[in-house]
Amino acid sequence: MSGNHVIGEAAIRAGCRFYAGYPITPQNELTEYMAGAMAKLKDGTFIQAESELAAINMVLGASAAGCRAMTSSSSPGISLKQEGISFLSAMDLPAVIVNCMRGGPGLGNISPSQGDYFQATRGGGHGDYRNIVLGPATAQELADLTMLAFDYADKYRTPVMILQDGMMGQMMEPAVMPDPVDPKRLPPKPWKLDGADGRPSRIIKSLYLDPAEEEQINWNLAHKYEKITDEIQRAETYRTDDAQIIIVAYGTAARIAKGAVNRVREKGVKAGLFRPISLWPFPTRILKEVNKKVKDFLVFEMSTGQMVEDVRLSLEGKGNVRFYGRPGGVVSTPIEIAEVIEGKFGRV
Amino acid sequence: MGKEQVTGNIIIDQELCKGCYLCISVCPQNVIAVSKNINRQGYYPVIFKGTNEEGKGCIACVRCATICPDIAIEVYRD
Amino acid sequence: MTTQLFSWPRYLKKTAFHYCPGCGHSIIHRLVAEVIGELDIGAKTIGVPPAGCAVLAYNYFDVDMVEAAHGRAAAVATGLKRVLPDRIIFTYQGDGDIAAIGTAETIHAANRGENITMVFVNNGVYGMTGGQMAPTTILGQNSTTTPGGRDQKRDGAPLDLSEMLGITRGAAYIERTAVNSPKNIRRTKKALTKAFKTQMTGQGFSLVEILSPCPTNWKMTPVDACKWIEGSTAPFYPLKVIKDIVTNI
Repeated sequence: MSGNHVIGEAAIRAGCRFYAGYPITPQNELTEYMAGAMAKLKDGTFIQAESELAAINMVLGASAAGCRAMTSSSSPGISLKQEGISFLSAMDLPAVIVNCMRGGPGLGNISPSQGDYFQATRGGGHGDYRNIVLGPATAQELADLTMLAFDYADKYRTPVMILQDGMMGQMMEPAVMPDPVDPKRLPPKPWKLDGADGRPSRIIKSLYLDPAEEEQINWNLAHKYEKITDEIQRAETYRTDDAQIIIVAYGTAARIAKGAVNRVREKGVKAGLFRPISLWPFPTRILKEVNKKVKDFLVFEMSTGQMVEDVRLSLEGKGNVRFYGRPGGVVSTPIEIAEVIEGKFGRV
Repeated sequence: MGKEQVTGNIIIDQELCKGCYLCISVCPQNVIAVSKNINRQGYYPVIFKGTNEEGKGCIACVRCATICPDIAIEVYRD
Repeated sequence: MTTQLFSWPRYLKKTAFHYCPGCGHSIIHRLVAEVIGELDIGAKTIGVPPAGCAVLAYNYFDVDMVEAAHGRAAAVATGLKRVLPDRIIFTYQGDGDIAAIGTAETIHAANRGENITMVFVNNGVYGMTGGQMAPTTILGQNSTTTPGGRDQKRDGAPLDLSEMLGITRGAAYIERTAVNSPKNIRRTKKALTKAFKTQMTGQGFSLVEILSPCPTNWKMTPVDACKWIEGSTAPFYPLKVIKDIVTNI
């Protein structure tokens, strides 16, 4: 199945029963898949909204009613959703947002890129909030992380973003689909709105005119994010035990880097790969562990360098970090990265 | 002989009233007036005069309460 | 024996309103609450307040409420209704919220025939932010952003959103009323009742546009503001049923 189809099927199996989307390449297959899948479900809703902005607000309504809800788009569309994501975060509402990154900024192009890392991991909208961001690299991970995204969203009552890209979404790969979940047997949501029938009426809002009250809301969110950061640290380490240089890359860039690591290993260069899977919270603890044995890091991104900052932050100066990037939708080859590792490339 | 005239009265919550005087503008019997003392919100609320100059009283037509933006008026019919 | 003819509606919390003296919002709040009570749907109603003077509506309506970003109430309501088809969903929005920033969401909700009820309070200005021009500010009307009165060449003409919505096939019932006189207020209540019944019988999208006084920003007394609606606003926004394809209500 194509990556986009895998996400769609996994979402349905995760009990997602509301999807609102809008056409944008390269994620259309996901929107189309959800249309077909929801049509077959009695309790499923698919809406092609009039804009990505309307779509995220429909998800907000569905989520406030207690339904597992998802929307997806690609870079420019995700920018349109930022206000809605800020509202979801402020109102402790769960939701899953899939960003199939493409070349940018502006209209950019439709080939894969990783230029939205900051937007995703720093809370892309207004206000002091963060979103859980998961970075899959394979079709299997698209399936597993989509299921996980819905569980995280409900558990922490916050939006979760799946950061994939145009290549991953289009690429066909086998994937074992997780077992389906019955939405009726999901943990109850006592906070949801379904009409004050025999109970006091409830309000879900984010307006707090009194600054002292709003401060408390901010600290509540901050404590939630501390808890999430403590509990979610996901990364893959590949051939790092005896490595002398570690490549740090996620998603499609990591697949390319893994090819490069194997290539230089054949020539006796001891390289390894550190692949963050939870992009926010960044897997600092695991990277620090790796840093105990290795000092040299080469960060490779399909951008002009964003995650590299989190690597530097995590290492706190205890490692020298080089960066190599190819923005704009250019997809490097393992050979190219292998040469970068061997130091042949100038722009390092 | 005309229909026996309906009579009634109204109670005005002096604190809820914001002195918009819309009730005065719609009362056919002209039995509502502006109070002289100010309420906690800083407005001069309205008060029920009981009867107007010709001695006629409230006919419980509910117009005052219908237009009152602050639901400050309760209407009673005898 | 005296009988009480008028009292506080059940689905409105007993609290003072923050609205200005003579504001139409609180009249409309009362009407909506009365209709919800009379149709006995309070236990299954969910409201979506706007960003604007009525953002605090959730402090007043004693039903479940979820706040929408400015202009997005129609989309939030769509999500709610699709997930909870047997609940009653209504949005409560000012003219800026529904007819400027929220135009796309509103038109498409109507076009999809979403089974929701929208309350559109047309007071001709952005009230909360201090009286700027709204899509419904009429020609010649003063506002803080139309010095010398709204000029069609410079500021465009007032937008007939309700008429535009009437053209969509999904719209079942749209009426424009006003709350500037007891007669019109009673008429507004009838329209709201019909709108909620349209939703209750699943006949599609319903909306009531209500001309409402905003004395503070119009810089008039409440009494003059109500007269002004009669004399100036009504010609631009005639009080009438704009669409009604509803049956057996």
